[in-house]
Amino acid sequence: MAQLSGISLRTQLGAAALFTLAACASLPVLAQQAPIKVGIALDISGPFAALGAEVRDGFALGIKQLGGKLGGQPVQFVQTDMAGSPDQAKQLVDRFVQREKIDLFTGPIASNVALAVAPTLFAAKVPYLSNNAGPSQLAGAQCNPYFFGTAYQNDQYHEAAGQFAADRGFKRMVLIAPNYPAGKDGINGFKRKFKGTVVDEMYTKLGQIDYATELAQLRAAKPEAVYFFLPGAMGINFIKQFVGAGLSKDITLVTSGFSADEDVISAVGEPMLGLFNTSHWAHDLDNPANKAFVAAFRKEYGGRYPSIYAAQAFDVITAMDSAVKAVGGKVADRDALIKALAKAQFPSVRGNFRYANNHYPVQNFYLRTIGKDAEGRVTNKTIKTVLENYGDAFSAQCGMK
Amino acid sequence: MNPILVFEQLLNGAGYGLMLFLIAAGLTLVFGIMDVMNLSHGSLFMVGAYVAATVHVQSGSFAVAVLVAVAATVAVAALLEVTLMRRLYGRDHLAQVLATFGVILVADDAVKMVWGPSPVMAPTPAWLSGPVELFAGLPYPSYRLVVLGAGVLVAGLLYLLVNHSRLGMLVRAGASDRWMAELMGVRVQRVFCGIFVLGASLAALAGALMGPLMAVQVGMGESILIPALVVIVIGGIGSVRGAFVAALLVGLVDTIGRAFLPLLLRATLPPAVAADLGPLCAEVAMYALMAAVLSFRPAGLFSAKA
Repeated sequence: MAQLSGISLRTQLGAAALFTLAACASLPVLAQQAPIKVGIALDISGPFAALGAEVRDGFALGIKQLGGKLGGQPVQFVQTDMAGSPDQAKQLVDRFVQREKIDLFTGPIASNVALAVAPTLFAAKVPYLSNNAGPSQLAGAQCNPYFFGTAYQNDQYHEAAGQFAADRGFKRMVLIAPNYPAGKDGINGFKRKFKGTVVDEMYTKLGQIDYATELAQLRAAKPEAVYFFLPGAMGINFIKQFVGAGLSKDITLVTSGFSADEDVISAVGEPMLGLFNTSHWAHDLDNPANKAFVAAFRKEYGGRYPSIYAAQAFDVITAMDSAVKAVGGKVADRDALIKALAKAQFPSVRGNFRYANNHYPVQNFYLRTIGKDAEGRVTNKTIKTVLENYGDAFSAQCGMK
Repeated sequence: MNPILVFEQLLNGAGYGLMLFLIAAGLTLVFGIMDVMNLSHGSLFMVGAYVAATVHVQSGSFAVAVLVAVAATVAVAALLEVTLMRRLYGRDHLAQVLATFGVILVADDAVKMVWGPSPVMAPTPAWLSGPVELFAGLPYPSYRLVVLGAGVLVAGLLYLLVNHSRLGMLVRAGASDRWMAELMGVRVQRVFCGIFVLGASLAALAGALMGPLMAVQVGMGESILIPALVVIVIGGIGSVRGAFVAALLVGLVDTIGRAFLPLLLRATLPPAVAADLGPLCAEVAMYALMAAVLSFRPAGLFSAKA
């Protein structure tokens, strides 16, 4: 009996101790929420691999500077390679939503991939901050509160290039872009601002890298200048082959900042000297956030300058951080989270920008030229502002207030 | 229409066709003569391109790069023949397709491990990076001319080898009746290994030459394999001559489709529709050609078995 009661006493003591322990252990668990989950779609293989590497480096630097947290809350970043393929991306994002239950999403480079994954994310009420793609489809009538074109609206970029071509007084131009949503947005955007005659519009296969056919047609069309929008390896090959075919003597190349950015310059080099391009960001933009970002990036990655893609990715992480901070880490309250995101109160490396009613930016566009810096490195230099506080052509069609 | 433009486009088409021929020739030799469906042929093309790009950057010499690329690919192919292909000769095509498809998956991952997932930049040799004035009004990129020349040269050598050499005779004998050829003292095993390696060296050459014109990236072998298969089907399986003619045909149809179809459509359709339809039709042109040829000659243009 004594033995029994002894056991019983010990059991009771043990149980009490266990209970206390469990209570102590569960206290911090109760105070803390489950970590915030951010789904990041990378494109480190496939047609956008070179840009994907820049994006990855931009995200990595942002995440590192925040100590792996957003708004001071622990975060799990779920990163997967989508290889620039809409089908593959769709499957992986389904998994992000269903299995990982992500709270925020960012990533795909291409507009066709963005359009493929968007419906899944909107249905699951996951805010999607685009670090690059800005398709016109999501800017107008089909705009969605869960979509933020944090980088730009596709047409904006090309409108800035068209404005430059008009300012320069080019009369006859040929336009080249890949046959996918952003390519069409590109050519439409350019034409909206360009004043001269468009001799020919060429649509190439997405991912095409041999331009012999198009270059022969260019030679025959004899335009004054060519505007090309060919992201990544496509643009690199186009410039190389354009120079190789001897066309650079008679025809001026005009391009958006994408095809004249640091990643392209490092691949093509000297033949790009003197080329004009337009962009919403440059590594020499004079604002404190940008100076800190460029310095940190160069320190982290062996002295190379960041590209637009890296800058945009970095901005997305900073934007998420500020919004999570604003809602005190309560990302489950999606209405509050979206309101905080829409305010865009984060120090962008672009300087000031705000979202229009359709969650696409109103921002400056700059003219840059490729020259040599103090170290003799071929790189971009900002000349002037082409478009100031510039919105997009679709926001009026968007029903959001 | 501007005759210079048409001529330049035909030249571009011929250049693309000759590159396809280099890949298709190896594929048709192995498939037609050895009766082995080798899907990993595209992976050998990829290995050639990667090695050439790397060696070119390291050594600065394009010639050295091409030689090393061919040698390295031949070594890989010989290893593949000894460890895998040899076991597949007697098997049915399904087993061969499955096994060599497995090789593609392994090769893509192996390349990703060695070179990373991002594309590798293959530089154009400096002395070939400018244009050459072919005749007044037509400067043509000199590198493309070299590629054209290499394609023609290889086609000639291959023709001599298969039709007018002792090795070619043994190959043809082994293919038509392996049992009899072995009884007559031909070491068919060794001949087959030689054919396999020859095919691999052609793929490597194509990879090394095409590197500077296209992105050297994982999966480049698969995307070129499909037009190469179309070429050997049109040309007639096993026929090197057929592969040559078919490759030129496919090259020309592809280029003409991309160059002139959109113009034609734009003249007749609203621009927005033409912009969508033009590139699409150009992509389908190659398959339309295959369907047209096969409906008249189901065994291909120059069937080896006929």
